[in-house]
Amino acid sequence: MPAFRERALAWLYTRPQARAWALVAPGGFWLLAFFMVPLLIMLVYSLMPRGTYGGVEPGFTLEHYARFFDPLYLQVLQRTFAWSIGCTVICLFLGYPVAYVIARSQRWRTFLLFLVVLPFWTSFLVRTFAMIFLMRDTGLINSWLLKLGMIDEPLTMLYTPFAVMAGLVYGFLPFMILPIYASLEKVDHSLLEAAEVLGARPAARFRRVTLPLSTPGVVAGSLLVFIPALGSFLTADLLGGAKQVMIGNLVQNQFSSARNWPFGSAASFIVMALVLAAVMLYLRVKDRSAGGAPPL
Amino acid sequence: MKTGLPKWLIAVTGVVYFFLHLPVLVLVVFSFNDSKFSVDWRGFTLQWYQRLLERPDILRGLKASLIVGGAATIISAVLGTLLALALGRQQFRGRRVLEGFLYVPIVTPEIVTGISLLLLFVLLKFPLGLATITIAHVAFCISFVVIVVLARIQGMDENLEEAAMILGADEITTFWKVTVPQLWPGILSGALLAFTMSFDDFVITSFVSGPGSSTLPIVVYGMVRKNVEPSINAISTIILLATAILIYLADRLARAK
Repeated sequence: MPAFRERALAWLYTRPQARAWALVAPGGFWLLAFFMVPLLIMLVYSLMPRGTYGGVEPGFTLEHYARFFDPLYLQVLQRTFAWSIGCTVICLFLGYPVAYVIARSQRWRTFLLFLVVLPFWTSFLVRTFAMIFLMRDTGLINSWLLKLGMIDEPLTMLYTPFAVMAGLVYGFLPFMILPIYASLEKVDHSLLEAAEVLGARPAARFRRVTLPLSTPGVVAGSLLVFIPALGSFLTADLLGGAKQVMIGNLVQNQFSSARNWPFGSAASFIVMALVLAAVMLYLRVKDRSAGGAPPL
Repeated sequence: MKTGLPKWLIAVTGVVYFFLHLPVLVLVVFSFNDSKFSVDWRGFTLQWYQRLLERPDILRGLKASLIVGGAATIISAVLGTLLALALGRQQFRGRRVLEGFLYVPIVTPEIVTGISLLLLFVLLKFPLGLATITIAHVAFCISFVVIVVLARIQGMDENLEEAAMILGADEITTFWKVTVPQLWPGILSGALLAFTMSFDDFVITSFVSGPGSSTLPIVVYGMVRKNVEPSINAISTIILLATAILIYLADRLARAK
């Protein structure tokens, strides 16, 4: 239908806004209907009284949020925070030296970077199973330690806080290394030479030149580890067992066995709010360092 | 100035790389081990791979994953490319809002995405199955397609399109004959990325899948929970290999001239 086509084109030509919206509408609708609206429904659910079979009843209540002051759930929140912070700190201490070595290396740099990026593309489920394979009672670590005679009976590693922490660090460490590397790579070498000429020893050069200049990377990396750790679910689920519950597992539990959807929604909204707060912080740091941190 | 690195730094780096890669390496190696329970090396075998073929649930899961992955990839590639064209080439009101919309799926924890979509589908009385999984996957893949395609658009020469128009091509002809061919590597690379993420997803899928619509990661999760056979190592190895190939292709395409 050439006539229709001509008319449609003419219409779009005279209205640049309409042309843009024709491009935006389908994807925009999808994001609105299947991302934003569901988040809104979740918020509304978290503010309604609990009904039977997991549903809700009409009304307004803050009781689901109030439940987080119950010691049982307060403990879950505290644990989630403590582990996320612990994971971030460990990643920082392990990741900084690695980022430093990559930034200083010449010949191996591309290969070393590739090895850091590789885990991003490895299924998280598979990686978590790999940790189980190593750490379970009949796993590789125990079998080797037994064979070497270093232990007499298998160490219990799986379903302990140790296993969850190892899994979190294993999962999120690359998020720490990359931003720190990005800011270390940009450090102007002449500054270090100047410091040396002025008599600064290597330790002082690092502490007073390199370290301050890499702060944006450290902050970005810390947030990039902290954010997914806070909302993580699989790690504690598979490596932590029933006792080592994080807030992500609490949410899942409310939607499966406990069947308290409004309470689960409240827990989920708390995770979302914490994550958004961390993202805001990240964006502010990124703006201030004028592109010092890589995009999310 | 000395550029040599302290030995302890190199040692720490070595340990970290070991820690990052050893677990998966061990997993792959033991998928070929001829022993059901032991983690001692008992010789090379392919029997765990053969076992996979005898399990109907794995084959069904693979089929579901391919259907969902294919559909989600096509939809998110089309919608994502249109969005990227709008962001890269047009000035319009609501641009900032759209950019915000695109950020949200990237930062939202998977568990939050999963339950919020579950709430929506239950509210609409939409039966959970392959359709709901596909809808969910598109929702979290679009943003990544937009990022990849937008990068391509920003590196593109706008003069070519202007030249085509001056030479008398209308907008639609220009789009298909000039814009799309230039964008193609970016679109394909975004699509492969979307497929990889869809193929990999467990957390979100676990909330929006219904009985009989288990994708491969859901089946694997069930196996891991029971925690028995080396077949899990075998299926893990296959997943790793498939993802590696897809990512390699996506990367090659993204760098294509």
